[in-house]
Amino acid sequence: MTAATTEPVTSRGESNLLGFSLPLVALLGAFLGFIAGNAAGWPLIGAIAGVVVGAGVTYLAGTSLREKRATGRWAVIGVCALLGLLVGGLGGLVGGAIVGAILGWVAYWLVRGDYRKGVPPYATAGQVLWHNAFLFICGLIFFFLIAPIMVVIPLSFNAEAFFTFTPEMLALDPEGYSLRHYRDFFSNSDWQLAMRNSLIIAPFATIIAVSLGTLAAIGLSQSHVPGRQAIMAILISPMIVPLIISATGMFFFYSAMGNWLEDNLGFSRELTGYIKVILAHAALGIPFVIITVTATLVGFDRSLTRASANLGAGPVKTFFSVQMPLILPGVISGGLFAFITSFDEVVVVLFVGAAAQKTLPWQMFIGLREQISPTILAVATILVTFSIILLTTVELLRRRSERLRGMSPG
Amino acid sequence: MKLTKILMASSALTLAGSVAFAESHAMESPVAGEPMADSMTLVSWGGAYQASQQKAYVEPYLEMNPDVTITWDESSAEAVAKLRAMNEADNLTWDLVDVVASDAIRLCDEGLAMEVDHDEVLAPAPDGTDASDDFGDLIVSDCFIPQIVYSTTVGYRTDAEGWTGTPEDICALWDLENFPGQRSLERRPIGNLEWALLCDGVAKEDIYDVLETEEGQDRAFAKLDEIKDNVVWWTAGADTPQLLADGEIVMGSTYNGRLFSLIVEQDQPVEMLWDAQVFDLDGWIIPEGLPEERLNRVMDFLWFATDTQRLADQSKYISYGPARDSSAPMVSMHAELGVDMAPHMPTDPANSENTFLYNYEWWADYRDDLDAKFQAWLAQ
Repeated sequence: MTAATTEPVTSRGESNLLGFSLPLVALLGAFLGFIAGNAAGWPLIGAIAGVVVGAGVTYLAGTSLREKRATGRWAVIGVCALLGLLVGGLGGLVGGAIVGAILGWVAYWLVRGDYRKGVPPYATAGQVLWHNAFLFICGLIFFFLIAPIMVVIPLSFNAEAFFTFTPEMLALDPEGYSLRHYRDFFSNSDWQLAMRNSLIIAPFATIIAVSLGTLAAIGLSQSHVPGRQAIMAILISPMIVPLIISATGMFFFYSAMGNWLEDNLGFSRELTGYIKVILAHAALGIPFVIITVTATLVGFDRSLTRASANLGAGPVKTFFSVQMPLILPGVISGGLFAFITSFDEVVVVLFVGAAAQKTLPWQMFIGLREQISPTILAVATILVTFSIILLTTVELLRRRSERLRGMSPG
Repeated sequence: MKLTKILMASSALTLAGSVAFAESHAMESPVAGEPMADSMTLVSWGGAYQASQQKAYVEPYLEMNPDVTITWDESSAEAVAKLRAMNEADNLTWDLVDVVASDAIRLCDEGLAMEVDHDEVLAPAPDGTDASDDFGDLIVSDCFIPQIVYSTTVGYRTDAEGWTGTPEDICALWDLENFPGQRSLERRPIGNLEWALLCDGVAKEDIYDVLETEEGQDRAFAKLDEIKDNVVWWTAGADTPQLLADGEIVMGSTYNGRLFSLIVEQDQPVEMLWDAQVFDLDGWIIPEGLPEERLNRVMDFLWFATDTQRLADQSKYISYGPARDSSAPMVSMHAELGVDMAPHMPTDPANSENTFLYNYEWWADYRDDLDAKFQAWLAQ
């Protein structure tokens, strides 16, 4: 960056320091101070302290500490953390540090004119405002998507048997935290049964859904199949029809099937129970596989199969050596959806399954209704971690295979 | 089986003999030796109550029968609906179901629960008293095998702000002046309407007579109107303890065992009232239509799980009173905390001084009507 480009921004920042940046940051300080003060019981004093700190840091950022951004920001974090510590102990320290970090960042962002960074120099004030408002809205959307999940994680380390942030937890007292809910999960036979069932049912349902769904998608992509639209609609229906209706129908259908299996083939009650739930979950997973595989088949060049046939390969060989590798990303993501559908599903399993087939969502649902136990939060944390690891692994594998095949990762 | 019966009849003649007989044969269920299924699904309420059943009789039973597997299904709350569906689909996956007395009566009337001869399927008391005498009036239906008595009562936070004095009776729920703050009540008319009339000056013995009339019902709802804006309505037994622990409410109704666990086990700043608590029963029913081997397993388990010692053992884990008279003197300390359990039981004389006896038969007649009225009132 050259002096010529920073010069006009600097001058604008200086001329507007008192009229623009200072009041804005003071207002933000008042707002944050009000919230922080409310937690301590003195909202008004908090707001006043926020105004003073906000105005002070902006003034310093615009004058003596202008070029020392790191120093200025650390200073305001320190001041606010100290204020928090005096008022609210260890928890106040963390809260104060967060408020300080926000105030310091915003003060320098405004004073140095960084808010114009992403827009061309000729943009009007309205356009700049909209640009930043847009970024803010995007941030809010992320926040509302992620925050509910994130709240669960600290709560799962609660030492109490309730869904509550205890005063000890807020003060970051080690006494307020414990691993007891994780211990409960790993030692409780109900949870272990549910875990085992989930790990039995989901993979089998996924294998069935992926095999049948992929075949159906390939078949339905052939132009000579009669009634393609109608067949497609029927196969996709489990995704469209409200789950509770599918579940009711499945309950009666699979009850009859289960009775038949037990009476005529001599299957045990437990085995039929698993078969029923696995088939029901496979039916729910098939639409996801069909949709993703159909989408990848759109980009599949049919002449490749003809070339393969021309070289003497049979249809099976062609499928596994030519077609399958090319549509594999679609098959894998369809399989992932099918797996997650089965792994997360609670309505159908409550209807079709018996208690011997209870899955993790079943146990969580029942646990939430009858006993609000934070063990559910511990399980949720484990599942979130598991999902993140699973998706990251799949994404890394996909990139690696694309790199190996000389395609750019997209 | 016949031999056992003859022996039992003769032993009843001599008291001393009967004691010796019952002690030596208490473990032998009437179906001992017959073919039995090796797995069983028990339906219960989850939480601390189910844990008490697990520790008091399921674990000991499994120790005696190591090749049996027992699976829990925490679906007692919708037992009636699920049993109906299972019956229609001819797919009975439950073996023994824990329900409240009023549900047992409904299931029995609909033919979904099996009628039992209590003296035949349940162990006699150690002194030889027949099971039906030992359980006495608590056998409210031919299908119902009582386990515990419990109460729905009120707990309050001891650190609520702006209170004058401490709640002494049930009408503290209506005293917004001295005890301001949010309350929680169960989202159903049972109990709430009775409490409302009681606090509106109706004498305890007249409550159902008053509630039978249109004006009486309006009077109860009018009384509830006074606090409607301050009430959080709960549906699960765990709701009120969670709300009290959070400080979202300052007082609320729930089962006495949940409050015991909140106060004694979780050590929260909460106290409970023993005034006009609604007394209720909980017990097993056997679903109608079990195949023979599964039924034999259920009978074998029931004989053991409802005997005098097992019901007394259950009270070591939760503050619900055992349903047998003969178990009452055996109630002792909490298994882990060493707290004397008797003063926490709804059956304790000090606690049951002002118990409210909720009238099943009356509610069986008026439930549908008042449920609809209550829902309409909630929506206003």
